[in-house]
Amino acid sequence: MIAALGLLVGIVLGVVFQPDIPLWLEPYLPIAVVAALDAVFGGLRAYLDGIFDDKVFVVSFISNVVIAAAIVFLGDKLGVGGQLSTGVIVVLGIRIFSNVAAIRRHIFHA
Amino acid sequence: MPDVDGPDELAPEPTPDQPTTPDQPTGRERLRRAMLRPSRGQVVVAVLLALLGYAAVTQVRFTNVDDTYASLREQDLIDLLNGLTNTSQRAESEIARLERTRDDLRSSTGAREAALAQAQKQSDNLSIMAGLVPVTGPGIRVTVTETDGTVDVDSMVDLVQELRTAGAEAIQINEQVRVVAQTSFEDAVGGIEVGGQLVTSPYVIDVIGQPRALHGAVDFPKGPREQFEQDGATVEVDELDSLDIESVVKPRKPEYAEPDSSQ
Repeated sequence: MIAALGLLVGIVLGVVFQPDIPLWLEPYLPIAVVAALDAVFGGLRAYLDGIFDDKVFVVSFISNVVIAAAIVFLGDKLGVGGQLSTGVIVVLGIRIFSNVAAIRRHIFHA
Repeated sequence: MPDVDGPDELAPEPTPDQPTTPDQPTGRERLRRAMLRPSRGQVVVAVLLALLGYAAVTQVRFTNVDDTYASLREQDLIDLLNGLTNTSQRAESEIARLERTRDDLRSSTGAREAALAQAQKQSDNLSIMAGLVPVTGPGIRVTVTETDGTVDVDSMVDLVQELRTAGAEAIQINEQVRVVAQTSFEDAVGGIEVGGQLVTSPYVIDVIGQPRALHGAVDFPKGPREQFEQDGATVEVDELDSLDIESVVKPRKPEYAEPDSSQ
Protein backbone atom coordinates (compact mmCIF):
# COMPACT_ATOMS: atom_id res chain seq x y z
CA MET A 1 0.00 0.00 0.00
CA ILE A 2 2.69 2.39 1.03
CA ALA A 3 4.64 1.41 -2.09
CA ALA A 4 1.72 2.25 -4.37
CA LEU A 5 1.25 5.52 -2.53
CA GLY A 6 4.94 6.29 -3.01
CA LEU A 7 4.61 5.79 -6.76
CA LEU A 8 1.58 8.06 -6.80
CA VAL A 9 3.37 10.74 -4.76
CA GLY A 10 6.34 10.64 -7.15
CA ILE A 11 4.11 11.08 -10.19
CA VAL A 12 2.23 13.95 -8.56
CA LEU A 13 5.47 15.65 -7.53
CA GLY A 14 6.80 15.35 -11.07
CA VAL A 15 3.61 16.81 -12.52
CA VAL A 16 3.48 19.62 -9.99
CA PHE A 17 7.10 20.75 -10.01
CA GLN A 18 7.83 20.11 -13.68
CA PRO A 19 11.57 19.95 -13.11
CA ASP A 20 14.11 20.60 -15.82
CA ILE A 21 16.47 17.78 -16.64
CA PRO A 22 20.12 18.79 -16.41
CA LEU A 23 21.83 18.51 -19.76
CA TRP A 24 24.36 15.88 -18.70
CA LEU A 25 21.52 13.64 -17.52
CA GLU A 26 19.40 13.89 -20.67
CA PRO A 27 20.67 10.81 -22.55
CA TYR A 28 20.65 8.62 -19.43
CA LEU A 29 17.31 9.39 -17.83
CA PRO A 30 15.16 7.32 -20.24
CA ILE A 31 17.46 4.33 -19.83
CA ALA A 32 17.50 4.77 -16.07
CA VAL A 33 13.69 4.88 -15.97
CA VAL A 34 13.42 1.67 -17.97
CA ALA A 35 16.02 -0.02 -15.77
CA ALA A 36 14.14 1.06 -12.66
CA LEU A 37 10.92 -0.30 -14.14
CA ASP A 38 12.67 -3.61 -14.66
CA ALA A 39 13.80 -3.62 -11.04
CA VAL A 40 10.27 -2.81 -9.84
CA PHE A 41 8.67 -5.60 -11.82
CA GLY A 42 11.39 -7.98 -10.70
CA GLY A 43 10.73 -6.98 -7.10
CA LEU A 44 7.00 -7.46 -7.47
CA ARG A 45 7.55 -10.88 -8.92
CA ALA A 46 9.88 -11.81 -6.09
CA TYR A 47 7.30 -10.58 -3.61
CA LEU A 48 4.62 -12.74 -5.13
CA ASP A 49 7.05 -15.65 -5.12
CA GLY A 50 7.56 -14.99 -1.41
CA ILE A 51 11.27 -14.34 -1.75
CA PHE A 52 11.18 -10.56 -1.55
CA ASP A 53 13.83 -8.76 0.50
CA ASP A 54 13.74 -5.01 0.67
CA LYS A 55 17.52 -4.75 0.99
CA VAL A 56 17.99 -6.83 -2.11
CA PHE A 57 15.36 -4.71 -3.88
CA VAL A 58 17.10 -1.45 -3.03
CA VAL A 59 20.46 -2.75 -4.14
CA SER A 60 19.08 -4.20 -7.36
CA PHE A 61 17.13 -1.02 -8.10
CA ILE A 62 20.15 1.24 -7.70
CA SER A 63 22.58 -1.09 -9.42
CA ASN A 64 20.20 -1.55 -12.36
CA VAL A 65 19.90 2.19 -12.84
CA VAL A 66 23.60 2.81 -12.42
CA ILE A 67 24.69 -0.02 -14.70
CA ALA A 68 22.23 0.95 -17.43
CA ALA A 69 23.38 4.55 -17.30
CA ALA A 70 27.01 3.46 -17.20
CA ILE A 71 26.60 1.26 -20.28
CA VAL A 72 25.06 4.13 -22.20
CA PHE A 73 27.76 6.49 -20.95
CA LEU A 74 30.45 4.06 -22.10
CA GLY A 75 28.68 3.70 -25.43
CA ASP A 76 28.66 7.46 -25.84
CA LYS A 77 32.37 7.57 -25.15
CA LEU A 78 32.96 4.80 -27.69
CA GLY A 79 30.74 6.46 -30.27
CA VAL A 80 28.07 3.76 -30.23
CA GLY A 81 25.80 5.35 -27.62
CA GLY A 82 22.70 5.15 -29.77
CA GLN A 83 23.14 1.49 -30.58
CA LEU A 84 24.07 0.51 -27.02
CA SER A 85 21.09 2.31 -25.52
CA THR A 86 18.89 0.49 -28.01
CA GLY A 87 20.47 -2.78 -26.92
CA VAL A 88 19.96 -2.00 -23.22
CA ILE A 89 16.33 -1.08 -23.84
CA VAL A 90 15.77 -4.34 -25.71
CA VAL A 91 17.31 -6.47 -22.92
CA LEU A 92 15.40 -4.65 -20.20
CA GLY A 93 12.20 -4.88 -22.21
CA ILE A 94 12.56 -8.65 -22.55
CA ARG A 95 13.14 -8.95 -18.79
CA ILE A 96 10.14 -6.78 -18.02
CA PHE A 97 7.99 -8.94 -20.25
CA SER A 98 9.10 -12.20 -18.59
CA ASN A 99 8.65 -10.72 -15.10
CA VAL A 100 5.19 -9.40 -15.96
CA ALA A 101 4.33 -12.86 -17.30
CA ALA A 102 5.27 -14.40 -13.96
CA ILE A 103 3.30 -11.76 -12.05
CA ARG A 104 0.31 -12.42 -14.26
CA ARG A 105 0.43 -16.11 -13.45
CA HIS A 106 0.46 -15.32 -9.75
CA ILE A 107 -2.41 -12.87 -9.83
CA PHE A 108 -4.69 -14.30 -12.47
CA HIS A 109 -3.46 -17.93 -12.36
CA ALA A 110 -3.22 -17.73 -16.12
CA MET B 1 14.26 -15.64 3.11
CA PRO B 2 16.53 -16.85 0.37
CA ASP B 3 18.92 -14.21 -0.77
CA VAL B 4 17.75 -14.02 -4.36
CA ASP B 5 17.90 -10.78 -6.25
CA GLY B 6 14.40 -10.08 -7.42
CA PRO B 7 14.97 -8.44 -10.80
CA ASP B 8 17.87 -10.68 -11.70
CA GLU B 9 16.13 -13.86 -10.75
CA LEU B 10 16.27 -16.35 -13.58
CA ALA B 11 14.62 -19.29 -11.84
CA PRO B 12 11.92 -21.18 -13.75
CA GLU B 13 8.63 -19.42 -13.55
CA PRO B 14 6.24 -20.87 -11.04
CA THR B 15 3.19 -22.53 -12.45
CA PRO B 16 -0.26 -21.49 -11.32
CA ASP B 17 -1.15 -24.92 -10.08
CA GLN B 18 1.80 -24.94 -7.69
CA PRO B 19 0.77 -26.72 -4.50
CA THR B 20 0.24 -24.20 -1.73
CA THR B 21 0.96 -24.91 1.89
CA PRO B 22 -0.19 -22.86 4.91
CA ASP B 23 3.29 -21.36 5.44
CA GLN B 24 3.64 -20.83 1.65
CA PRO B 25 0.74 -18.48 0.78
CA THR B 26 -0.13 -17.73 -2.85
CA GLY B 27 0.84 -14.53 -4.60
CA ARG B 28 -2.66 -13.12 -4.36
CA GLU B 29 -2.79 -13.62 -0.61
CA ARG B 30 0.59 -11.96 -0.19
CA LEU B 31 -0.52 -9.01 -2.30
CA ARG B 32 -3.73 -8.64 -0.34
CA ARG B 33 -1.85 -8.86 2.93
CA ALA B 34 0.63 -6.25 1.79
CA MET B 35 -2.17 -3.93 0.82
CA LEU B 36 -3.93 -4.30 4.14
CA ARG B 37 -0.97 -4.41 6.53
CA PRO B 38 1.94 -2.40 5.24
CA SER B 39 5.28 -3.37 6.71
CA ARG B 40 8.29 -1.24 7.50
CA GLY B 41 10.17 -2.48 4.45
CA GLN B 42 7.56 -0.98 2.17
CA VAL B 43 8.69 2.51 3.08
CA VAL B 44 11.99 2.06 1.30
CA VAL B 45 10.23 0.58 -1.69
CA ALA B 46 7.81 3.52 -1.64
CA VAL B 47 10.69 5.99 -1.70
CA LEU B 48 12.27 4.26 -4.67
CA LEU B 49 8.96 4.05 -6.49
CA ALA B 50 8.36 7.72 -5.85
CA LEU B 51 11.75 8.41 -7.38
CA LEU B 52 10.83 6.26 -10.36
CA GLY B 53 7.48 7.98 -10.85
CA TYR B 54 9.08 11.37 -10.55
CA ALA B 55 11.77 10.54 -13.12
CA ALA B 56 9.32 8.88 -15.48
CA VAL B 57 6.93 11.82 -15.44
CA THR B 58 9.80 14.24 -15.92
CA GLN B 59 11.09 12.25 -18.86
CA VAL B 60 7.68 11.96 -20.47
CA ARG B 61 7.13 15.68 -20.14
CA PHE B 62 10.61 16.42 -21.42
CA THR B 63 10.13 14.15 -24.46
CA ASN B 64 6.96 16.02 -25.31
CA VAL B 65 8.55 19.42 -24.89
CA ASP B 66 11.94 18.82 -26.42
CA ASP B 67 11.85 19.24 -30.18
CA THR B 68 15.26 20.82 -30.58
CA TYR B 69 18.56 19.13 -31.32
CA ALA B 70 20.06 20.12 -27.97
CA SER B 71 19.59 16.71 -26.33
CA LEU B 72 20.82 14.62 -29.28
CA ARG B 73 24.00 12.59 -29.13
CA GLU B 74 27.01 13.49 -31.17
CA GLN B 75 26.48 10.42 -33.35
CA ASP B 76 22.82 11.26 -33.90
CA LEU B 77 23.75 14.78 -34.91
CA ILE B 78 26.33 13.43 -37.36
CA ASP B 79 23.73 11.07 -38.84
CA LEU B 80 21.29 13.95 -39.09
CA LEU B 81 23.90 16.07 -40.82
CA ASN B 82 24.75 13.26 -43.23
CA GLY B 83 21.10 12.84 -44.06
CA LEU B 84 20.76 16.55 -44.75
CA THR B 85 23.90 16.52 -46.88
CA ASN B 86 22.57 13.61 -48.94
CA THR B 87 19.23 15.32 -49.36
CA SER B 88 20.83 18.54 -50.51
CA GLN B 89 23.09 16.63 -52.89
CA ARG B 90 20.06 14.93 -54.39
CA ALA B 91 18.34 18.28 -54.68
CA GLU B 92 21.38 19.78 -56.36
CA SER B 93 21.64 17.00 -58.91
CA GLU B 94 17.93 17.39 -59.56
CA ILE B 95 18.49 21.11 -60.11
CA ALA B 96 21.33 20.39 -62.53
CA ARG B 97 19.18 17.91 -64.43
CA LEU B 98 16.30 20.36 -64.70
CA GLU B 99 18.64 23.12 -65.80
CA ARG B 100 20.01 20.88 -68.54
CA THR B 101 16.48 20.15 -69.69
CA ARG B 102 15.68 23.85 -69.63
CA ASP B 103 18.80 24.69 -71.67
CA ASP B 104 17.96 21.96 -74.16
CA LEU B 105 14.46 23.27 -74.56
CA ARG B 106 15.71 26.82 -74.84
CA SER B 107 18.30 25.96 -77.52
CA SER B 108 15.80 23.87 -79.46
CA THR B 109 13.37 26.78 -79.33
CA GLY B 110 16.15 29.06 -80.59
CA ALA B 111 16.98 26.66 -83.41
CA ARG B 112 13.33 26.48 -84.32
CA GLU B 113 13.05 30.23 -84.42
CA ALA B 114 16.20 30.54 -86.54
CA ALA B 115 14.87 27.94 -88.97
CA LEU B 116 11.56 29.74 -89.08
CA ALA B 117 13.25 33.10 -89.75
CA GLN B 118 15.35 31.53 -92.48
CA ALA B 119 12.32 29.96 -94.07
CA GLN B 120 10.49 33.29 -93.91
CA LYS B 121 13.43 35.05 -95.57
CA GLN B 122 13.61 32.42 -98.26
CA SER B 123 9.88 32.70 -98.80
CA ASP B 124 10.24 36.50 -99.19
CA ASN B 125 13.05 36.05 -101.70
CA LEU B 126 11.08 33.56 -103.70
CA SER B 127 7.98 35.79 -103.60
CA ILE B 128 9.99 38.70 -105.03
CA MET B 129 11.56 36.52 -107.70
CA ALA B 130 8.20 35.05 -108.65
CA GLY B 131 6.62 38.50 -108.69
CA LEU B 132 3.99 37.60 -106.13
CA VAL B 133 4.38 40.71 -103.94
CA PRO B 134 4.72 44.42 -104.60
CA VAL B 135 8.32 45.58 -104.18
CA THR B 136 10.12 48.85 -103.71
CA GLY B 137 13.72 49.97 -104.09
CA PRO B 138 16.14 51.97 -106.22
CA GLY B 139 16.22 51.43 -109.95
CA ILE B 140 15.59 53.00 -113.33
CA ARG B 141 12.59 53.91 -115.40
CA VAL B 142 12.98 53.36 -119.18
CA THR B 143 10.42 55.15 -121.30
CA VAL B 144 10.21 53.99 -124.93
CA THR B 145 8.00 56.20 -127.08
CA GLU B 146 7.21 55.23 -130.66
CA THR B 147 7.69 58.20 -133.00
CA ASP B 148 8.00 56.98 -136.57
CA GLY B 149 7.75 53.22 -136.38
CA THR B 150 6.69 50.35 -134.16
CA VAL B 151 8.80 48.70 -131.54
CA ASP B 152 9.78 45.19 -132.49
CA VAL B 153 9.09 42.51 -129.89
CA ASP B 154 12.68 41.30 -130.27
CA SER B 155 13.93 44.71 -129.13
CA MET B 156 11.76 44.48 -126.07
CA VAL B 157 12.93 40.96 -125.27
CA ASP B 158 16.54 42.07 -125.75
CA LEU B 159 16.00 44.98 -123.37
CA VAL B 160 14.58 42.67 -120.73
CA GLN B 161 17.46 40.25 -121.21
CA GLU B 162 20.06 43.02 -120.91
CA LEU B 163 18.36 44.34 -117.77
CA ARG B 164 18.36 40.87 -116.27
CA THR B 165 22.03 40.49 -117.09
CA ALA B 166 22.68 43.75 -115.27
CA GLY B 167 21.01 42.36 -112.15
CA ALA B 168 17.44 43.51 -112.43
CA GLU B 169 15.46 42.15 -109.52
CA ALA B 170 11.95 43.16 -110.53
CA ILE B 171 10.61 44.44 -113.86
CA GLN B 172 7.22 45.94 -114.66
CA ILE B 173 5.90 47.29 -117.91
CA ASN B 174 3.40 50.18 -118.05
CA GLU B 175 2.55 49.64 -114.35
CA GLN B 176 0.47 46.83 -115.70
CA VAL B 177 2.50 43.69 -116.23
CA ARG B 178 5.05 42.22 -113.91
CA VAL B 179 7.79 40.51 -115.89
CA VAL B 180 8.81 37.20 -114.36
CA ALA B 181 10.39 33.99 -115.59
CA GLN B 182 7.16 32.76 -117.16
CA THR B 183 6.27 36.01 -118.88
CA SER B 184 5.90 35.68 -122.64
CA PHE B 185 6.33 38.36 -125.33
CA GLU B 186 4.26 38.30 -128.44
CA ASP B 187 3.55 40.62 -131.34
CA ALA B 188 0.09 42.06 -131.32
CA VAL B 189 -1.94 44.61 -133.19
CA GLY B 190 -1.19 48.11 -131.88
CA GLY B 191 1.47 47.04 -129.43
CA ILE B 192 3.02 44.03 -127.71
CA GLU B 193 1.29 41.32 -125.76
CA VAL B 194 3.28 40.75 -122.59
CA GLY B 195 2.17 37.84 -120.46
CA GLY B 196 -1.20 37.78 -122.19
CA GLN B 197 -1.84 41.54 -121.73
CA LEU B 198 -1.61 44.13 -124.45
CA VAL B 199 0.74 46.99 -123.71
CA THR B 200 1.04 49.98 -126.00
CA SER B 201 3.41 52.87 -126.59
CA PRO B 202 4.68 54.65 -124.67
CA TYR B 203 6.26 51.69 -122.96
CA VAL B 204 7.30 52.54 -119.41
CA ILE B 205 9.58 49.87 -118.01
CA ASP B 206 10.24 50.08 -114.26
CA VAL B 207 13.26 48.10 -113.11
CA ILE B 208 14.55 47.64 -109.57
CA GLY B 209 18.25 46.97 -109.23
CA GLN B 210 21.52 48.87 -109.12
CA PRO B 211 20.57 52.06 -111.09
CA ARG B 212 23.97 52.72 -112.66
CA ALA B 213 24.46 49.13 -113.84
CA LEU B 214 20.93 49.03 -115.25
CA HIS B 215 21.48 52.34 -117.03
CA GLY B 216 24.66 50.93 -118.56
CA ALA B 217 22.76 47.87 -119.76
CA VAL B 218 20.47 50.12 -121.80
CA ASP B 219 23.08 52.50 -123.20
CA PHE B 220 25.99 50.38 -124.38
CA PRO B 221 26.86 50.46 -128.15
CA LYS B 222 24.58 48.31 -130.26
CA GLY B 223 22.50 47.84 -127.16
CA PRO B 224 18.76 48.20 -126.57
CA ARG B 225 18.76 52.01 -126.99
CA GLU B 226 20.22 51.79 -130.51
CA GLN B 227 17.90 48.91 -131.34
CA PHE B 228 14.84 50.91 -130.30
CA GLU B 229 16.06 53.96 -132.22
CA GLN B 230 16.47 51.80 -135.32
CA ASP B 231 12.86 50.68 -134.78
CA GLY B 232 11.88 54.33 -134.78
CA ALA B 233 11.36 55.10 -131.13
CA THR B 234 12.95 57.37 -128.55
CA VAL B 235 14.36 56.01 -125.32
CA GLU B 236 14.55 57.92 -122.09
CA VAL B 237 16.23 56.53 -118.96
CA ASP B 238 15.73 57.97 -115.47
CA GLU B 239 17.74 56.76 -112.50
CA LEU B 240 15.48 56.78 -109.42
CA ASP B 241 16.38 56.45 -105.75
CA SER B 242 13.08 54.85 -104.99
CA LEU B 243 10.71 53.03 -107.23
CA ASP B 244 7.52 51.16 -106.48
CA ILE B 245 6.44 48.16 -108.47
CA GLU B 246 2.83 47.49 -107.56
CA SER B 247 1.72 44.96 -110.13
CA VAL B 248 1.94 41.30 -109.26
CA VAL B 249 1.35 38.04 -111.04
CA LYS B 250 -1.20 35.56 -109.88
CA PRO B 251 0.49 32.39 -108.64
CA ARG B 252 -0.30 29.55 -110.97
CA LYS B 253 -0.41 26.02 -109.76
CA PRO B 254 1.89 23.91 -111.89
CA GLU B 255 -0.12 21.35 -113.72
CA TYR B 256 2.52 19.01 -115.08
CA ALA B 257 5.76 19.74 -113.31
CA GLU B 258 6.25 18.45 -109.80
CA PRO B 259 9.27 18.39 -107.52
CA ASP B 260 11.61 15.47 -108.06
CA SER B 261 12.52 14.31 -104.61
CA SER B 262 15.22 11.96 -105.87
CA GLN B 263 17.55 14.89 -106.64
